[in-house]
Amino acid sequence: MEKKKRGFWRWLIASVMLRLILIYLPKTFNLASRPEVSTPLVSLRRLAEGYWLKQSSISPYAGSMYHGSPLLLSLLGPLTVKRIEGQPNHLLCSLVFVIADIISALLIRATGHTLQMAYRQSLNSLDIVDLLKSSDLLSSGDIAALVYLWNPFTIAACVGLSTSPVENLVVILALHGACKGLVPLAAFGWVMSTHLSLYPAILIIPVILLLGYGPDTPPRKLYLQKGYGKNGDNHSSDNCGQQETNQSKAEVTFSWRPVIHFLFWSSLWSAYVLVLCSISVKPHGSLWEMFQRTYGFILTMEDMSPNIGVLWYFFAEVFDFFRSFFLIVFHLNILFMILPLAIRLKHRPCFLAFIYIAISSMLKSYPSVGDSALYLGLLGLFLDELADMKFSFFLLCGYIGVSLLSPVMHNLWIWRGTGNANFYYATGMAYACLQIILVVESVSAVLNHDRKLRKLSVTKLRDGNS
Amino acid sequence: MELPPRWAVLLFLLLSSTKASRSAVDKEEFQEELLLKPLPDRKVLAHFHFESRAPRNSNGRRHLHLFPKAISQMVEKFRVKEMELSFTQGRWNYERWGGFDTMSSNNAKPPGVELWAVFDVPKEQVDASWKNLTHTLSGLFCASINFLESSTMYSAPDWSFRQASGHLRYGMLPREAVCTENLTPWLKLLPCRDNAGLSALMDRPSIYTSFYHSQRLHLTSNASDLEGLNPGIVLEQTLTVVLHPRSQRTILTHISESYLQPSWSLSSIFGRKVNGRCALAKSSKVYLQLERGLVSELKKNIGSEGYDGEANFELSVNPDRVLKEENSRHGIGSSLLYEFSVDKYSNSKPFDLGLTWKFPVIWSCQQAPLHAIRFLMGSGNERGAIAILLKSTDLNDSSPGADRSSDGCELHVNIFQIVPWYIRVYYHSLQLFVDDQLKAVGAFVEKIHVMPSKDKISPGMMEMVLKLPCGVKSAALTLDFDKGFLHIDEYPPDANQGFDIPSAAISFPNFHASMHFPSNDSERKSPMLSKFQESSPVLSYTEVLLVPLTTPDFSMPYNVITITCTVFALYFGSLLNVLRQRVGEKERLLKSKATAVKTGRPSELLSRLSAKLRGRSQEPSQSPSESSPLINSKLVLKVLLMAALAVAWQYYFG
Repeated sequence: MEKKKRGFWRWLIASVMLRLILIYLPKTFNLASRPEVSTPLVSLRRLAEGYWLKQSSISPYAGSMYHGSPLLLSLLGPLTVKRIEGQPNHLLCSLVFVIADIISALLIRATGHTLQMAYRQSLNSLDIVDLLKSSDLLSSGDIAALVYLWNPFTIAACVGLSTSPVENLVVILALHGACKGLVPLAAFGWVMSTHLSLYPAILIIPVILLLGYGPDTPPRKLYLQKGYGKNGDNHSSDNCGQQETNQSKAEVTFSWRPVIHFLFWSSLWSAYVLVLCSISVKPHGSLWEMFQRTYGFILTMEDMSPNIGVLWYFFAEVFDFFRSFFLIVFHLNILFMILPLAIRLKHRPCFLAFIYIAISSMLKSYPSVGDSALYLGLLGLFLDELADMKFSFFLLCGYIGVSLLSPVMHNLWIWRGTGNANFYYATGMAYACLQIILVVESVSAVLNHDRKLRKLSVTKLRDGNS
Repeated sequence: MELPPRWAVLLFLLLSSTKASRSAVDKEEFQEELLLKPLPDRKVLAHFHFESRAPRNSNGRRHLHLFPKAISQMVEKFRVKEMELSFTQGRWNYERWGGFDTMSSNNAKPPGVELWAVFDVPKEQVDASWKNLTHTLSGLFCASINFLESSTMYSAPDWSFRQASGHLRYGMLPREAVCTENLTPWLKLLPCRDNAGLSALMDRPSIYTSFYHSQRLHLTSNASDLEGLNPGIVLEQTLTVVLHPRSQRTILTHISESYLQPSWSLSSIFGRKVNGRCALAKSSKVYLQLERGLVSELKKNIGSEGYDGEANFELSVNPDRVLKEENSRHGIGSSLLYEFSVDKYSNSKPFDLGLTWKFPVIWSCQQAPLHAIRFLMGSGNERGAIAILLKSTDLNDSSPGADRSSDGCELHVNIFQIVPWYIRVYYHSLQLFVDDQLKAVGAFVEKIHVMPSKDKISPGMMEMVLKLPCGVKSAALTLDFDKGFLHIDEYPPDANQGFDIPSAAISFPNFHASMHFPSNDSERKSPMLSKFQESSPVLSYTEVLLVPLTTPDFSMPYNVITITCTVFALYFGSLLNVLRQRVGEKERLLKSKATAVKTGRPSELLSRLSAKLRGRSQEPSQSPSESSPLINSKLVLKVLLMAALAVAWQYYFG
C-alpha cells in the first residue's frame, strides 16, 4: 500500500515537471493559438484583451473579444500583464493552470477513493464481494487522477494558455463536494461552474442525487430483492438479518435534508457571485450586458471560427432562415437526454455526471480539448464498472488518430491553402462520432454491469435460500 | 421665337443671375478655376475647382438659379452641417507629389469612396440621418455608397479626424470602382456641366487613363452667421488629376534632354482647349503654380536676379498676373502663381496654355515630417499583424511647426484607423518600436481611444496621438489580429480575392499647410486661393491593405447540414436505444424467439410483434384473438393522429 502511494506521488511530480518543461519551451508548439485548445470562450489571449479594455476604462465586453466571466478577468487579468524578466510571458498564468490541474487531480483521487469505499461497502452488504478484484496495481481513484494528469489533452489545455483547467477544477469541486456530502462546497462548485461555462448547469441533477442517495451503488432493486429474500427466511435466522434489511432500506431512501441545504447554499452562492459580478462590471456596463456577452454568446454561436466541434461549420454554411431553428434543436439535444439518463442511472449519480459532462462537451457550441480532458479523467473513476466496455481499443486509436490528424488538416487548410474547410470538418466529424460511441458504449457497459450484479445476487439468493 | 429651348433656358438663367447679382447680400454665385502644376516626376497635376454658393433659404420656397437643387434639398432635409465625398482611383504618391502642401492634405484621398458628414441634429438622430444621406448620395452619384449604411461600415471618430463631438460619421469603401458614371452626375451639379468653361476640358479618356484622379465634393452649410460667415451653403467641387504628358519632341537630340521635363500644353494633356468661360461663372481663371522647391531651383540655375525664371521655360500665353507667395514662416522659398483669365477667350480664339522647358531642372516636393507606410505581417489565414511604419523624410532644416519646449521638441502624430469587424484586432498587443527599438507604449502614446469591433455590428476604430522626439528616424507600431470566419452569405462573389482594410489617416496637428498670396482688395479673392490660405493640418492616408480570408466550401451547405444531422441522429438514436433496453430483455428475446420458432403460428407472431411495439412483455394469459384488434385500433389511432398533424402543418405552414 505504501509503495502504491509513493508511486502515485512520483507520477504526479513527474507530470508537473513535464508541464514546467513545456512551459519553458519556446512558444510551446504554438499551442496557445491552436483552435483545438483555445476557443473564443477559454482563450487567455482574449482574456488579456478584455483586461486591457477594462484597464483603459472601457467595458471588457465592449468588443466581441472577451466572453468569459468578470471574476475570472479580475483574477487572471493582472497576471496576464505581469512579466518577469528572463521568464516566458504568461508564466504566472501557466503556473495557476498547473496548480489548478494538480488540485483537480487530487480531488479526483479523493472522489475515487470515496466512491470505491462506498461501492465496496454496498457490494459487501449484497454479499457479492467476489466481483471486486482487489487490484494489485493502483486504485481507480489514483488511476483516474493520473489519467487526468497525463492525458495529452489536459497537458495541452494547461500549457496552451486556455482557462479550461480552472473551469474543470470547479466542476470537479462540485462533484467532490457532493460525493463527500460537503454541501457548501458542492453548491459553490456548481454555481461557479455554471457561471463560468453555463453547460455544467445540468449537473444539478446528479449533484442532488448524490446528496440524496449517496455515492454510486448497484441498482436499488437488488436491495429490495435481497431484503425480501432475507425476510423470507427470517423465521429461521437471528436478528442479524433484520438489521441488515433495515440498513439496506435506509440506503434506498432519498434524504431531502442535504438537498434543501444544497439549494439554500447554491442560491446563497449565486447571489454572492452575482453581487461580485455586478460590482466588477458596474463602472462600464450592466449585468444584463454580461449575460448577453457570455451566455448569449454561447447560445447563439456568433463566432464561427473553427474548433473541434461540428457546429461552427454547420452554422457557417446553414441558411440564415434556419439558423434559429437549428440553434434550438442542437441545444435541446443536450436537454432531451437528461431525463432518460437520470431515470436509468439514478442509482449511479457520479456516472450520470460523467455522462452529462461528456454529452455537453460533445454538443457544446465551442468545444475544446480541455472539456474532453475532464470527462476522460472522470472515465478512470469507473474502471471496475466499465471493464467490459466494447470498442475501447478502437476508441483509443480513434482519439489518437483524430488528435494527430486534426492539426494536419488545419495546417493544410489554413496555412498552406492546399486543403479546404471540409478536411478539417471531417476530423471534427470523426471526433464527434468517437465521443458518441464512447458515451453510448459506456452507458451500455454500466447497464450490463448492473445486469451482471443482479444475476449474481439472484444466484446468491437462490444459493442462500436453497 | 424660334430659339431652341436650351438657349432659352440659358438666356433666362443669365438674365436672372444678373438680376440676382444686384442684391449683393444674398445671391448665388459660381466660380471656376483650374490649377496646373508641374510635378517633379515629369507629371502634371491639374486641379479643377468649382465653387457654388447659395444663401440659406429661410422660408424653404426659394427658387434656385445656379445652385444644384438636389444638393440644397439634401442639406435642408438631413441638416448636414459639413460633408465631404470623394471618389478616388489610384494612390497619391506622397514622396514624389508632395506631402506638405494644401494640395496633398486636402485633395489626396484614399482609393475608393470616402464619405464623412457632420450633422446638425441631436446625437441620437445622427445615425438615422447618416443612413438617409448615404442612400441619397448613392442615388445621386450612381455609386454603392448605400453600403455605408450598414453599421459595420462606418464609425464615429471622436477627435483624431476632426473635432465634431459625436456628430461626425465617417465611412470608407476602398473597393469602389470609380468611373465615368460617377463623374457625369458630378458634372451635372455644375451650371454649365461640361459644355462650356473649364469643365469642357474634362476629356473622359485622358482623365481615366491618368495616374491618379480624385473627384471630391465638399459641402459646408452655415445656418446662422455665428462664426462670422455668411449664412448659406457652399458647394465646393474639385477634381484632381495627375497626368503624364507625352513628350512633344519624341526624338531626343542629346542626353541632357532625357532629364528635361516634358513640355506640355492643355491640348496635349487633355486633348481639348478652353473655348471661353462658362457664361454663368462669376470668374473663370487658370493658374500655373511653380512650387517652392522648383522656384528655388530655378533661381539657382539662373543666378538670383529674377524670380520668374523665364529663362528656364516658356509660356505660350502671357500671364495676366504673377502672384508671389507671402512667405512668413518657411525659409525655403516661395511659390509662384501665374494667373490667366479665360474671360477674353472664345470659340474663335481658344485658350491653350503651354509650357516648354528649356533647361533640365530637378527638384523635389516638400514632404510631411514623417512618411507613413502600412503593411501586413504574418502568413496564413489564421492571424497576422498590421504594422504602421513612420519614416522620417529627412527635412533639410528643422521642422517648422514643432513646438520647441525647453528640452527638445516633440512631434505629434495622430493616427486614425478603422478595421472591419472580421479583422479582430488585439489592442493589448500594441507594440511600439522607436528607432528600431521596442519601447514601452506609455512613454510615447499620449492619448489613445479604442472602439473594439463587434461581430457583425460595428467596425473597430483606433484613434491615437503619438508623441515622438523630433530627431526620430523611424517609428513603427504593430497590432496583432485574428482573422474572422464569415457565414457563406457574407462573402462577396470573388471571395478569394481578399478583403480590404481601409486606409488609415495620419495627421500632424502641429504642422499646418497653408499658402498666402497677396490679394487685390478690388475684387473678391478667388475661392481656390482662399482655400489655400486656410491652414489645415498636414494629413496623409496610408495604403489600403488586402487581407485574404479563409473561405468555407461554398458548394457544401446541403452536405454539411445532412451529415451533421446524421451524426446527431446517430447520437440520439443509439443512446436512446441503449437506455430503453431492459434488464434481462435479451434472454427474454431469445426465449420468445425459441417459442416462436416452436409454435410458428402467424397470429401468435403478430401478437408478439404488437407486444414488442408496445414495449411490454407478452402476457401469456392474453389470447391472441383478444389482443390484436385492440392493439390495431391503437395503431390506427396513432397513424390517424400523425396524419392529422401532418395535414394541420401543411395547412398552416405549408
